[in-house]
Amino acid sequence: MFGLKTDWSLDVLPRYFTLEDYEGGVARWCPGCGDHAVLAAVQRICRDEQLAPEKTVCVSGIGCSSRFPHYMKTYGFHGLHGRALPVACGVKARRPDLHVWVATGDGDCCSIGAGHWIHAVRYNMDMVVMLFNNSIYGLTKAQTAPTSPVGLKTNTHPGGAWLPPLKPTAATIGFTNASFVAQTVDWNPAHLHATLDAAYKHKGLSFVQIMQRCPQYTASIFEEYQQDPSRMLLLTHEDGINIDPAVARIYPNQMSHDPSDLPEALRIANRDDTLPIGLFFRDPDRPRYEEITALGLDMTVEEKLTALNKELDRFAI
Amino acid sequence: MAEKSTRTAGSRQSTRIHEHIVEIVSDSGEGAQKCGQTFGTVSAKMGNGVWTVEIIPAEIKPPSRSRAGASGIRIRLGDHKITNMGDEANLVVAFNEQVLYGRISQKSYRPGTVILLESKWAGDPSPEVQQAYTKALEDFEDRGYVVHELAMEEACLAHTSNPQLGKNMFVLGILCEIYQRDLDKALAEIAAVFARKGEGVITSNQNLLRAGAQFARENVDYCYEVPPMPGKAELLVMNGNQAIGVGVMAAGMEVVSMYPITPATSASHYLAGVFDKVGAFVHQAEDEIAAVGFAIGCSYAGKTACTITSGPGLALKTEFIGLAVMAEIPLVIVDVQRGGPATGLPTKVEQGDLNAAIYGSPGDSPKVVLAAATIDECLHLVITARKLAEAFRIPVILLTDANLATGVQPIRRPEVREEWFAPPIDQSPWKEGVPPYDWDPKTGLSPRPIPGQVGGEYVLTGLAHTRQSHVAYDPEANQYGQEMRSRKLAALRASLKPPKVHGDEEGDLIVVGWGSTLGSIEEAVDRARAEGYRVSSVHVRFLSPLQPGLRSIFLKFKKVMTVELNYSDPPEGLMDKTQPGRPAQLALNLRARTRRDIDYWSISPGQPLSPGQIYDVIIGRLNAMGVTPSKTAETVSRS
Repeated sequence: MFGLKTDWSLDVLPRYFTLEDYEGGVARWCPGCGDHAVLAAVQRICRDEQLAPEKTVCVSGIGCSSRFPHYMKTYGFHGLHGRALPVACGVKARRPDLHVWVATGDGDCCSIGAGHWIHAVRYNMDMVVMLFNNSIYGLTKAQTAPTSPVGLKTNTHPGGAWLPPLKPTAATIGFTNASFVAQTVDWNPAHLHATLDAAYKHKGLSFVQIMQRCPQYTASIFEEYQQDPSRMLLLTHEDGINIDPAVARIYPNQMSHDPSDLPEALRIANRDDTLPIGLFFRDPDRPRYEEITALGLDMTVEEKLTALNKELDRFAI
Repeated sequence: MAEKSTRTAGSRQSTRIHEHIVEIVSDSGEGAQKCGQTFGTVSAKMGNGVWTVEIIPAEIKPPSRSRAGASGIRIRLGDHKITNMGDEANLVVAFNEQVLYGRISQKSYRPGTVILLESKWAGDPSPEVQQAYTKALEDFEDRGYVVHELAMEEACLAHTSNPQLGKNMFVLGILCEIYQRDLDKALAEIAAVFARKGEGVITSNQNLLRAGAQFARENVDYCYEVPPMPGKAELLVMNGNQAIGVGVMAAGMEVVSMYPITPATSASHYLAGVFDKVGAFVHQAEDEIAAVGFAIGCSYAGKTACTITSGPGLALKTEFIGLAVMAEIPLVIVDVQRGGPATGLPTKVEQGDLNAAIYGSPGDSPKVVLAAATIDECLHLVITARKLAEAFRIPVILLTDANLATGVQPIRRPEVREEWFAPPIDQSPWKEGVPPYDWDPKTGLSPRPIPGQVGGEYVLTGLAHTRQSHVAYDPEANQYGQEMRSRKLAALRASLKPPKVHGDEEGDLIVVGWGSTLGSIEEAVDRARAEGYRVSSVHVRFLSPLQPGLRSIFLKFKKVMTVELNYSDPPEGLMDKTQPGRPAQLALNLRARTRRDIDYWSISPGQPLSPGQIYDVIIGRLNAMGVTPSKTAETVSRS
């Protein structure tokens, strides 16, 4: 970025990245899909933080939202259904220099990949995990998701979904070693951006559930919240997600919530009477697995050869 | 086993021998395996050829004094290189008489086998136990075994309050005395084995060892001298799983990502204790799928990783291995095979994963499959596997098995070289205009952009894709991508050498094997050749792509037969005699790839094949062909 110093000399960075430097293929999501907004927010954060595209890796699983890496012009890994998190953790393990973004859907993360979700949160490696929750399987055409509301008519439950939906944020707050859990919505770009920006800046695994509209199959689910912001609850706090007061004014219902308060975070995440947005929980002091996995990166070949020969001596006759 | 000379050691008669097979058999939990591994290690460190095989009980928690509970170890040691477990034992130490029946049913002994038997059962409070003991003694005599009853436990009591736990080291002392082992080496080994348990445990076990040796001097009136192997090569003594661990370090890999599974886990146990010394770490993942996913993440980011597993784990990793094939991610997978399918025989050996390794992914999924035949190869093939994985941008599966995993053997000390290590990852700018899959149309090979390389940004995908890694569903792109991936195997195959034939290059029968059966097959072939039969063998290390030259080798023999440790139907099938049976796995592959009529013999007993078993099969096949030994045949020395 350009900037004037006090001696009036111009400080020119050797490389400056514009939004275009993060824009990959033309996004093929449906018109009106909430994913477009998330993509724009992430590209903006990359630009604002001047993340080198070659040092940025977007990892995803399978599903509509997992197309995300294709629309970024960074390194990307569009892998297997449910398996984004183990890959992302592997990427970070010996490459702490890389910025890792994970795009995963509610089926990908909370159903087929649920085992990895628990453990990735526990590993708490420095990355942003964006859970695109549209409450439906979109790519495979309208099957019930673990997050589908009761009564939602789908191709697998034509009489309406039976089971109470899973609450991903409440679950995540409950996982041992969770360090950042937030919730936002795709239709408020300012809040979405501010939330992802805070997530990026948090050191550890930042879990962000993005309530995301699927115009094709679940348009009605979020419509009431969109039409009537009083159905939602804006969490405010100096340590939380801070947005422009002009934007905050949209929400008549606001509540100050200290994100270090875990029991309260859990209560908020479990509320059924409203849709809370903001930072539920943060603990910047939780241990991060890369503090262990990245040890020894600075060892030289000579040091390794010496250590290996010493080890072989133990087996020698 | 022929007696060469006799001399006296103290008041006892010492016999110089070429080799002996020793067994220690007990109820499970009595430490026979630790005793035997230490005896094998000490023998190897004295320069003997050694091969150890663990005897695993048939049940998980067998009752004591039961046939199914036979637990222990066999150690074959000699003055020459030992490559397999051999046939019947020469000397057995048994903690009770019943467990011996578990071994007798497996034809482990013959008339003349010496049995040092715990004698306390003769005075057992239970009349049934006394009776069973007396009855067994009579039976052993009828079978021609030479039984020496010894009050080992009673003697142990002078040195420990719990002889159940300490008897194994006492027996180690007895064996060290009988085979005139260097006691200092044994004491040092005990110190190493119990290092984590503290000084007190070390000292008491060392005392038991000394007491056992003293006991043998007083109660056994014979001993043996096993001269060291000739040659001055520097040797290391380790088991196959340790060899894999050393191989991983020597290959310069920084991550092993695993989930606990028998019999593979001990490789990771070993690494977990030392890996940080070379700046690397073991990741214990939440499951087998995550283990391979994590390894793939590391590899994608430029640090080729290894995942170590066994059959059920390989099954779970299948989808990710397919992704590594499709997206051309280097990866090393070690499969320490056990009996299958499903949970199968978790602790026992089988060569049942060959087809799963070669074909285990949906769709066409060409990958490299190697099989280690020796402990030495466990070490070196890991290094080869990493190189191949990176050069060919492909997953490499290395097959070993439960027999290699726990077998202890001396191997030549490798001269660790810098070029074995992974080179530092390339972070130079990516050459402009070069796509992420810049396939060479002849070889399918292409350079790989690594995150951090400016201008190399691409999106790896498991979907069908173009050279640009763009998703492509059109028929041409899919066919072309598949061909490029297959070409890599063809290119690798073109660079391989044909395997060497053991024995003459032409004859009546050639036995084809793979994996840990190498030593037994070659010993059986040598026996038959010594009798004048025109039989040879060949061992395959590259299963995918299949090593070249096999067809021309086979053409020079009247019959080709695989010998494998896996299930197959009899050749004539099980029901409808017009339909052939399901063949053994290597045979199936060889039939398809060499277009020859391949016979096979395979069984899945959960234990290694002995040379005697294979010898009988060879002679049976040759007799069925009407072949008799040739008078002019050269005899082949057994060692």
